[in-house]
Amino acid sequence: MEFLQTIPWDLILIQTLNGIVTGMILALIASGLTLIFGIMDVVNFAHGELFMLGAYMGVVVLATSGSFWLALVIATLIVALLGAALQVTTLRPLLGRDPLTTILATFGISLVLQNYALWQFGPVARKIQEPFTGQFTLFYLQYPWYRLVIAALSAAIIGGFWLFLKYGTYGIWIRAATQDRVMAQAMGIPVPWVLTAVFAIGSGMAAASGVLFGPLVGVNHAMGLDWVLKAFIVVVVGGMGSLGGSIAASIFISLLEAYAAIWVSPAQAVIVSFVVLILTLLFRPTGLFVPTPK
Amino acid sequence: MSKRDRIIYWTGFCVVLALLIAAPLVLPEFWRRFLTEILIWGLLAMSSDILIGYTGMVSFGHSAFFGLGMYGAAAALLLFAPPNLWLAILFGLVGAAGVALFVAYFSTRLRDIYFAITTLIFSQIFYVIIFTWTEVTGGENGLTFRRPALAIPGLFSIPFDSETLHWFVLAVVTASYLILRRIMQSPFGMVLQSIRENEPRTRAIGYPVERYKMMAVMLSGLFAGLSGVLYAIQNRFAAPDFVYFLVSGEAVIFNVMGGIGTLVGPIVGAGFFLLLREAFSRFFTEYYLIPVGIIFIAMVIFMPQGLLGFMRRWLNR
Repeated sequence: MEFLQTIPWDLILIQTLNGIVTGMILALIASGLTLIFGIMDVVNFAHGELFMLGAYMGVVVLATSGSFWLALVIATLIVALLGAALQVTTLRPLLGRDPLTTILATFGISLVLQNYALWQFGPVARKIQEPFTGQFTLFYLQYPWYRLVIAALSAAIIGGFWLFLKYGTYGIWIRAATQDRVMAQAMGIPVPWVLTAVFAIGSGMAAASGVLFGPLVGVNHAMGLDWVLKAFIVVVVGGMGSLGGSIAASIFISLLEAYAAIWVSPAQAVIVSFVVLILTLLFRPTGLFVPTPK
Repeated sequence: MSKRDRIIYWTGFCVVLALLIAAPLVLPEFWRRFLTEILIWGLLAMSSDILIGYTGMVSFGHSAFFGLGMYGAAAALLLFAPPNLWLAILFGLVGAAGVALFVAYFSTRLRDIYFAITTLIFSQIFYVIIFTWTEVTGGENGLTFRRPALAIPGLFSIPFDSETLHWFVLAVVTASYLILRRIMQSPFGMVLQSIRENEPRTRAIGYPVERYKMMAVMLSGLFAGLSGVLYAIQNRFAAPDFVYFLVSGEAVIFNVMGGIGTLVGPIVGAGFFLLLREAFSRFFTEYYLIPVGIIFIAMVIFMPQGLLGFMRRWLNR
């Protein structure tokens, strides 16, 4: 049993924890993306920028009010409103056109938002102060409670959102619009506004994850792209349009990356998620975590 | 195409070509360089038009082909002394073709939006590899090298200056345009266009759609690699920034601005974008992408055919 002793079990446990925490954040971003894709047929290239703007709004509100939780709520609301405005001005005119044009439009939005953030906030990374700094001991490491709180909060937001989709009136409208847009319209559901609301909710979820994740990394204007790429990988691996699939895939990929980071540098650990993507495309192009299509 | 149309088309072609040949003789140094750059980016955009405009697949991964062309040229120019232009082109094309084979094999299994996302992720894979493999690629700093001479062994050899470089680039781009135009009018090109119009029906008629799509991606990647080689020769460096996804995004912007499915449209789009960038960066400095992005969004909504869209049918006849 020489072999077992060479495995760094303590590191693996720590990385499991880290992987679950980033996995939950990723799940929060990816479920917004999945929602927007599944319901609106829109691939939202600007999702990473909404995440980034959420983090910046968090920085601004935290600086003026001093309360992290207030910052979380207000940043989410502001970015949700911004998302609604963006949907009405740029995506609504594209309704009924080739879905590919929405990629182009949201790509344009992402360029504008990213450069706006650079212009407004400058190239220096900002920091969000954690709301509390308690730690517990894990082997030789002091592990901050805040990370666990992030994971729990993300899970709570996703869970609440799922309940809303399942039981809320608006949630039922959203599901109706997904199944058959024309029929939903005929039943008196204001479909264009449902789509706006969906985009707003997705944007708000991205913003919330931005604020929650802000304390762990610096907030800068280019942070969106890394995350939106990861979220795209997750959405493809999990099965496009499947909420449960993308959550499972988020945690799966984050865990793999965390384990890989024990042996190689974090920059190279990203390759792991690419490999997972390629293998998925080769052997199961419909997604790892959805039932096999008939 | 009727005889009259054909005369008008080739007259127009010759007039534009003559203007581009004469341009470096009258333009000052800055604009001469600018025009050469438009042609190089135009070639990149033209190559991606094969996918966007003719096959109906939006690629967000053209930076990988462009970048590998660049690094392939860099490898040839650094390994062989004295640096040889034709070896650079050969190495660049081989590099781009290798990547294109890889991307084509995996991403053509997917359609529409899925294709766009996977090409984007593939280009990011190559970006990460090039960025982290410092020993070979120079990492973040990239590679610098000397510019080769324009030479045909045994005949002549002259060093590039900005005028000869412009003419050389113009010759390559014009040749590429004529080749691609011919290919798009060939039976092969017609199959690609029928995939764009109706994929299930093309399959039902009996064409192996996947194989045609792979060939389209390969062809597109090859010409994108060629533009990467030209850019490397013009600027004498290769940097990971050019493998980054923003370059692919710009190629798509050039296409949409100029008009997809026209081959020349993307070159016009590249010129329009670079001019906008030049104009706005006077007022907005490095934030020029804010107004340019807004113009781009407006064009997607109100002018989906692009600047040359109105000539699309005519240019393809």
